[in-house]
Amino acid sequence: MTSTQSASTSAAGRGGEVAKRRSATAIAANYIDERTSISGLVKELGRKIFPDHWSFMLGEVALYSFVVILLTGTFLTFFFQASMAPVTYSGPFVPLKGVEMSAAMDSALKISFEVRGGLLIRQIHHWAALLFIASIGLHMLRIFFTGAFRKPRELNWTIGFLLFILALAEGFTGYSLPDDLLSGNGLRIIDGMVKGIPFVGTWISYLIFGGEFPGEQIVGRLYTLHILLLPAILVAMIALHLVFVVVHKHTQYAGAGKTNQNVIGYPVLPVYAAKAGGFFFIVFGVIALIASFFTINPIWNYGPYDPSPVSAGTQPDWYIGFADGALRLIPPGLESVIWGHTYSWNILIPIVVLGLFISTVALYPLVEGWVTGDKREHHILDRPRNAPTRTAIGAAGVTFYAALWAAASSDLIATHFQLSIEAVIHAIQAAAILGPFIAYFIAKRVCLALQKKDREIALHGFESGRIVRLPGGEYIEVHQPVDEYERWRLVSFNEYKPLMIRPNAKGKITGTQRVRARMSRWFFEDRIAPVTRSELERQSHDHH
Amino acid sequence: MRKSTTSQPKVRKAGRRSPMASVALIMIGLFATGGVYALFTASASANTTAATSQLTTEGSKLFAANCATCHGLNLQGTKQGPSLIGVGAASVDFQVSTGRMPLAASGPQAEEKPAQFTTQQIQALYTYVAAQAPGPGIPSKQYLGGNGNAAKGAELFRINCAMCHNVAGAGGALTEGKFAPQLTGVSAKHIYEAMATGPQNMPVFNDQNITPTQKADIITYLKYLDKNPSPGGIDLGNLGPVSEGLFLWIFGLGAIVGVTIWLTAKAN
Repeated sequence: MTSTQSASTSAAGRGGEVAKRRSATAIAANYIDERTSISGLVKELGRKIFPDHWSFMLGEVALYSFVVILLTGTFLTFFFQASMAPVTYSGPFVPLKGVEMSAAMDSALKISFEVRGGLLIRQIHHWAALLFIASIGLHMLRIFFTGAFRKPRELNWTIGFLLFILALAEGFTGYSLPDDLLSGNGLRIIDGMVKGIPFVGTWISYLIFGGEFPGEQIVGRLYTLHILLLPAILVAMIALHLVFVVVHKHTQYAGAGKTNQNVIGYPVLPVYAAKAGGFFFIVFGVIALIASFFTINPIWNYGPYDPSPVSAGTQPDWYIGFADGALRLIPPGLESVIWGHTYSWNILIPIVVLGLFISTVALYPLVEGWVTGDKREHHILDRPRNAPTRTAIGAAGVTFYAALWAAASSDLIATHFQLSIEAVIHAIQAAAILGPFIAYFIAKRVCLALQKKDREIALHGFESGRIVRLPGGEYIEVHQPVDEYERWRLVSFNEYKPLMIRPNAKGKITGTQRVRARMSRWFFEDRIAPVTRSELERQSHDHH
Repeated sequence: MRKSTTSQPKVRKAGRRSPMASVALIMIGLFATGGVYALFTASASANTTAATSQLTTEGSKLFAANCATCHGLNLQGTKQGPSLIGVGAASVDFQVSTGRMPLAASGPQAEEKPAQFTTQQIQALYTYVAAQAPGPGIPSKQYLGGNGNAAKGAELFRINCAMCHNVAGAGGALTEGKFAPQLTGVSAKHIYEAMATGPQNMPVFNDQNITPTQKADIITYLKYLDKNPSPGGIDLGNLGPVSEGLFLWIFGLGAIVGVTIWLTAKAN
């Protein structure tokens, strides 16, 4: 009796209050807005539209893995000692008891075996790092093959490229921190590469390691880079990368109602905020699941670093594999001594080749923009088949990278497929040099063939499989016309034609013009024109 | 007083036995025990010799039938196979009881397979080979128990073995199709024998190089790895970053891409 009475009175009281004053949320929101003017930003961002496609979420995966790395990395810094001072291990892992090692290795083992949850966090950190760079790689491939780097997004491609390089640097510095045998071997290779640079190599090596390798400095120095400098630059670049995504608006695939001027999709609030928030936890969950069940980098097996032993199966983490592979593929003994200086071509050639490859990736948007001479903005993505030369160049690049990458595991390929390691190396050497050309031609022909097929379907519809006998006795297969939405997808793409060589204002044809014309011919000589409106109309008149 | 005391025992002694008696007794005793002992040991050694010679005979027959084609009737070796003079019992035991010998097919190196002979036949074979010339013998049981120092063993393993066999004994590649095999599940005796005799492409780690106690330590470490699964979970073959990267790309990124497709799928 009393309780209902009090409930009813309070309800009545509240009803009366609502009329007078606003809710607590509104008060809080108003408080913040009056002091920060944030409502403009929320209004702008909250109604920001993002298109829906699975491949648009790969960058998000990279971002979320990075957040996981930051969280777990912070935990690890609480316990890690970035020191190379020698200590004697006295922890619980029996096969290392009484072994002398650096404080770094000792603390990494402590994290693994003595800190509660330490091993799980270490494994999450490492698996997340592998996923971080893998998702960046996949994201870059998506951007490349769909032409999302075209104007106005060339700068953002460059920022993304720098993020990729920074991620590699983060990965490698992290891999080197525990000061176990594997990481020490990795550093020794870097030391060797640095020392291979003529004249300055030895000096630079001494500068990096603070004396002769391994010295007592390197772990501390890498730690500063790994947890301070590189993450700071990474976070700043990620912020810039995302600001550009907002400024440029997201690209979208051709489709009904989608034009260069609009973005069709869902708003950030509430749809994408919820989806992205949930997706973060899914990514975190997948990483945590892998980390709970699968060992990564068992430093306790590798033992402390000692410059004398090198284990069989010593490899870098996957993302440095292509560089390791390049060193394995270069024929041995390429050295010359000129005036008392040794030139190690077996180190210099891989460094130069990798440098050229990386630079091509960084500069490709500029090159393509110059060749096409296209100054328009592009917000509609290409289907890879509709840019055959670009797709073929991408396929060649992927093949080259894959060959180098595979070479890093040449010894394991040899043991697991019962081959001789020399045969594996020679096969991959051939694949690295011939493979890109083969991949280029196959990809280009496949793209052109698919374009032809698209054209055929747009004009004549698809084969329905229904055979009809006409009154005159003629048999025909009925072609089903595609619906309008599908046809829109098939016919809307840019057509480029090779540039004509034109004389400049002074009436001269410059060498640059010639190069550009030749490049343009290379890009666009073989092409399939998109179906035009008049072709479609003509077709619909005389169709069966 | 003095005189009487000295004279009395002398009289008594002379009355009881001759001075040579004790010497004779000792002589008889010595001869008796010596003779019996000689008799005993003579018959024992005759027995073992008989057993050994029987094993040797059986071994020589097995050798002639199964090994001599390549290794020669007098172990001298042929173009097909090396000489076995001085390889010792350990080498024969390792090669035959791991099935590497007799060779199934000529290739870069002999591969492990089920043993082709019984334990007794193997014993006959190595006894026969060891009887021809001395060499490393079957390891003593005291080194095979896996009760040495695992930490010392791990360190020795990293320095001497890991460059071919990998730090966790997962094996590795050598030149021209040869390889260092995986060491998980290999018996302590075979590990010891391999170190002592250097089968296939493996170098010999003799007792001056790695002492028997150190060999026992290495065995202890390998047995520790066998008995204790990786503290981090499934070890992906202990192959290092290659299997980790492969796993991440296929299952990690594969799962994530699956989720992205699910999240952006249109509701039907």
